[in-house]
Amino acid sequence: MIQFEHVFKRYPNGREALQDVSFRIDAGEFVFLTGRSGAGKSSVLKLVALLERPTRGSVLVNGQDTGSLPARAIPAYRRRLGIVFQDHQLLMDRPVYDNIALPLMVSDTSYRDIDKRVRAALDQVGLRAQERALPLELSVGEQQRVGIARAVVARPTILIADEPTGNLDHTLARDVMQLFARFQEVGVTVVIATHDMALVREFGHRELHIDEGRLLGGASAS
Amino acid sequence: MTSPFTYFARHLQALLGALGHLLRQPLGTLLSIAVISLALTLPACLYLLVKNARAATGSITEAIELTIYLKTDVSLERARQLADSARARREAGRVTLISADEGLAEFRKYSGFGAALEALQGNPLPHVISLRPRSDRADPSSIASLQRYLGSWPEADIVQVDNEWVRRLSALLGLLERVFQVFAALLAFGVLAIIGNAIRLEISARRAEIEVTKLVGGSNAYVRRPFLYLGGLYGLLGAALAALWLIALAAALEPWLLQLARLYGSGFQLVGLTTEELGGLLGGGTLLGLLGAWIGAARHLSRIEPRQ
Repeated sequence: MIQFEHVFKRYPNGREALQDVSFRIDAGEFVFLTGRSGAGKSSVLKLVALLERPTRGSVLVNGQDTGSLPARAIPAYRRRLGIVFQDHQLLMDRPVYDNIALPLMVSDTSYRDIDKRVRAALDQVGLRAQERALPLELSVGEQQRVGIARAVVARPTILIADEPTGNLDHTLARDVMQLFARFQEVGVTVVIATHDMALVREFGHRELHIDEGRLLGGASAS
Repeated sequence: MTSPFTYFARHLQALLGALGHLLRQPLGTLLSIAVISLALTLPACLYLLVKNARAATGSITEAIELTIYLKTDVSLERARQLADSARARREAGRVTLISADEGLAEFRKYSGFGAALEALQGNPLPHVISLRPRSDRADPSSIASLQRYLGSWPEADIVQVDNEWVRRLSALLGLLERVFQVFAALLAFGVLAIIGNAIRLEISARRAEIEVTKLVGGSNAYVRRPFLYLGGLYGLLGAALAALWLIALAAALEPWLLQLARLYGSGFQLVGLTTEELGGLLGGGTLLGLLGAWIGAARHLSRIEPRQ
């Protein structure tokens, strides 16, 4: 569960990214965060991922107020999240397998479990044959799937994605979105920030629409 | 809960990763290690210099002798008792009693004044006790203590010891030891700075990787680990190269030093690093490397946070 209560976010340059934003996303829900570029979608995801802290208000994730979380507890908190970015954030000098294994390596999972889980994640995103390839040897769509596999390999309860289909054509974007839908089916809470309204309409999940830092619709769970 | 196997496997992986990193950049690695080794070689050389000087002067200090001239009215029996008392001191090495008669006979034999001495009515010479301190008790403070003890005898007339040069030599070696300590401290700071800077550059080069690792939940300890191993390896390899420099230096200087020692009739042998000292050098280098890496990593890693 993710809950924002009267959240404000102002950046050091003075920009008001979020103004009095309140909403709730239930566990296992699939939600689209929509709005044009600069509307505040990424700020919402940054607050969930604790890449930023709110200026005012509170952000509760799985019942925990992230504002009260000390810095030393942030790594363990992030390990319970899966995060996907438009530019993939992959380690370009490491093979696909190592990229996907990274969240498990940092959590001190045993090597046997890492191998099992990475192969399962590779199967889920259809990249088993490319496990030894470097990210640069893959297409953009395949790189995005590596990013998704890395986000889900540690079995997070929440999966957040910032414009995950931004660099993909419609067919690839649809494939990626179906992958997210499959994770939601097994109980993962999925929050996707996108401005691709065609995909939002096609998949038909709840939409939180943000404009100029204000939430304009979809605040309550259906 | 991490199993011990997984814990050690992760550390081994970080160590092998750091080794691989050094091997992938052989020239840069060699240059860094060479600079570290020079910074460690200089104080180690000074240490060996002091150690060898102490060993070389050990045989000289054995030549120190205290001479106790007893009062002329002290009987031979009492002189023997005093010599036994002197022998009982822990500082005492060889103690010899030269009776007044032996002294006179010797003087008669070697002075060339035999005939003049015949004119004397009695023996004007006192009994003399000659004391040579133990080699491990020949330092100025022990000799001064011994001199005070012997001088406190009511029967002693004069206690003669020429140890001024020993005090000067000891002060000189003490100064050299201080120089060694100051150099060691300064150059240890230098090693910390070299390794800290190498780690800083490495962190800058791997900024993107660090950001991603933190993004997926990597703790500061996890991110810092490979850099600590890298620093430790820099220190260890630098110390190993310093040990090689010392061996090469000793091998190059030994023939000349032995020749010089022979000219002075000394049995001096060049003393190198013992196994414990070698271990100390390697361990100290590794610790300095770890510490330098820790300082560099703590300072720079805390500034790197994932950005999106």
